[in-house]
Amino acid sequence: MVANAVTPHFAFGQRLGYGRTTGLFVLGGLAALAAADLTVTAAHPWAEMARLLRGLVAPDLLAVDVRSVVNTVAFAMLGVGLGSASGFALALVFPRYRVVRVLCAVLRSIHELFWALLLLQGLGLGPLTGVLAIALPYAGIFAKVFSEMIEEADLSAVQVLPARTSTVSAFAYARLPDLAGQFGHYTLYRLECGLRSTLVLGFIGLPTIGFDLDSFFKQGAYAQAAALLFCFYGLIATRRLWARPVTVPFLLVGSLLVLPPGLSGGNALRNTMRFLSHDIVPQPLRGADLLAADSWIAFLGWLAHLIRYEIVPGALNTFVLSQLALVAMGGLSLVLFPLVCRRFAGPVGRPLGRVVLVIVRSTPDYMLAYLLLLMLGPSMLPAVIALTLHNGAVVGYLMGRQADALTYRLDAPKGVNLYFYETLPRLYGQFLAYCLYRWEIILRESAIFGLLGVKTLGYDVDAAISELRLDVAVALILATALMSLAVDATSRGLRKTLRIDGLPVRLSANASGASTGGEIGLDVAAAS
Amino acid sequence: MQDAILIREAVVGYPGRPVLRDVDLRIEPGERVAILGRSGVGKSTLLNLIFARSGDQAALIPQAAALVRTLSVFHNVFMGRLDRYPAWFNIKTLVWPGRREVEDVRRALEVVGLAGEMFQKAGTLSGGQQQRTSVARALFNGRTTVIGDEPVSALDTRHGAELLTRLAERHRTLVLAMHDVPLALAQATRVVVLDAGGIVLDAPAAGVAPGDLARFYGG
Repeated sequence: MVANAVTPHFAFGQRLGYGRTTGLFVLGGLAALAAADLTVTAAHPWAEMARLLRGLVAPDLLAVDVRSVVNTVAFAMLGVGLGSASGFALALVFPRYRVVRVLCAVLRSIHELFWALLLLQGLGLGPLTGVLAIALPYAGIFAKVFSEMIEEADLSAVQVLPARTSTVSAFAYARLPDLAGQFGHYTLYRLECGLRSTLVLGFIGLPTIGFDLDSFFKQGAYAQAAALLFCFYGLIATRRLWARPVTVPFLLVGSLLVLPPGLSGGNALRNTMRFLSHDIVPQPLRGADLLAADSWIAFLGWLAHLIRYEIVPGALNTFVLSQLALVAMGGLSLVLFPLVCRRFAGPVGRPLGRVVLVIVRSTPDYMLAYLLLLMLGPSMLPAVIALTLHNGAVVGYLMGRQADALTYRLDAPKGVNLYFYETLPRLYGQFLAYCLYRWEIILRESAIFGLLGVKTLGYDVDAAISELRLDVAVALILATALMSLAVDATSRGLRKTLRIDGLPVRLSANASGASTGGEIGLDVAAAS
Repeated sequence: MQDAILIREAVVGYPGRPVLRDVDLRIEPGERVAILGRSGVGKSTLLNLIFARSGDQAALIPQAAALVRTLSVFHNVFMGRLDRYPAWFNIKTLVWPGRREVEDVRRALEVVGLAGEMFQKAGTLSGGQQQRTSVARALFNGRTTVIGDEPVSALDTRHGAELLTRLAERHRTLVLAMHDVPLALAQATRVVVLDAGGIVLDAPAAGVAPGDLARFYGG
């Protein structure tokens, strides 16, 4: 009791344990469930679903346009490559300058589709738009992750260097050799995400797989769409074969050569200048006297109207969708992870479970939501399902890997008893860490799903852009960025309070522990 | 009724790493066997084998207390009987323990002197308390045989002796690996000593004095 009085933060941490945190999120999810519109408005959803399944069973491989597959790889390679290189440069100064950290946070808090929509205004539907839409948010992510890797790296080699070694040589000799492998590994892993992002960019007009998928889906040509989708899964599944350190230079040069020229939208420089100096300036301030009080009063009126009629309702819907999806995906992942765990699924079931989870995980949630919207009609339901499936598969896969690394006592129970008394209690902190980490990702996706017709912030962004109210669009995008920054900060605070901030949350394989399952197995005992 | 535990193995160990050779052991119901020997000589290996061969009649006290740190002491002890109840009941007890289960577990915890810590998280306990929780789990399990791997190593001699006496009162057969020779001899009816990759002594405890065993610990 005395200790609690002296350290109130500790006392708070005690009160907000795993159970209460879970309870609060589940309550939030239930409230969101009550508030959300989850109706199925389509007249014949099952008939459409059946046609889709028939298409998946009999894909029309001849309809695949190789160019869109090649373009997808090219955009992803260049976008991720540029993002990784600039992220590396930013990572070197990341811990030193607050402004760099803020810049990176803003870069990654804006979804690549929003970046693409903004870039479209200045650069048109050209190759640069596609590459930068990937590279900008990824640079923010790479900068943060690389700087974390630098921070965690072994310092012993640096300490034995001569005293007056310059910072650059110290870095190049004592740290980079160790880190380069990690950086490369993480970049190649991120290429997988880049491929998914690139596919999704096709839905707003870039010539990638998504563009063809969009038109196939709209025509109901499911056999053709399925073939293209299988090509995409093929790309992802064989990524380790074609994207290796030795092939990267060739892939980069090749990507530069094959990038399509895109549609000419006039002078890119002039468009960009106009976009920055005129279009995104709030309408009451355009050409107004910035020293006059009147123009600022008009601006405040504009802002108040925007906040009241677009930002607040859109943000509320975005929040409702993300909270509902967060709780649903948490529940799903707890059901799924035994499927990829040796103790529960066995040596035959586990690889099978892995294949299923990897396929679900590789399916871009934006495309899934798009498809479900076509089938079920406009409501929040398709978005909830898409977010739940994709993120549930991601977290389930990671939890399964952690569960395999657990060591149980020799007389441990089996089946349901093992799950509830040993596995789940031991992994619960890790589970919350994964969920809290995914929270911000789910929120960003929730906002983006507005582009598909769900009434989240992205819906208003889309409307504003099509009405050429770009000042409003930019304000709305900044609002989504603020929201995801706030969720990110809350998530980090919670992880610290729950003391799970040291647990791994990244999708790429971490070096420690996960692969070595320390099972006690006497060979004599096993044989008997 | 209870059967003897039979072990006859040419080689015991892990793939590619034999630990013990020519193990021939028969443990009768009612025996109190102390397994002695230097650390690293294969006591845990032998115990795990005995546990594997004991059929379903033994409770295990593993060397590391093997508690789930995020669960309460109550739940860690209750785990000893998960096999007795249907899964739905176990899950219900996880969320909402029944009065009868609490009383039963309390009795097991009173034996090890931990009743006051019943609803603390296992992770907050000291090393000695964790070990006593592990012993309570075996007590609560209620099998007639208990196989313990250094079950009182984290307790002082007096408390260790007390706890061993209580284990002996409640179990017909005991198989314990011990490093404290006088403590082991006080409880055991039979002594099995391991050295140099095999059993070097297997005798009634009555005829063995601590001094007789010194050479196996020398070096």
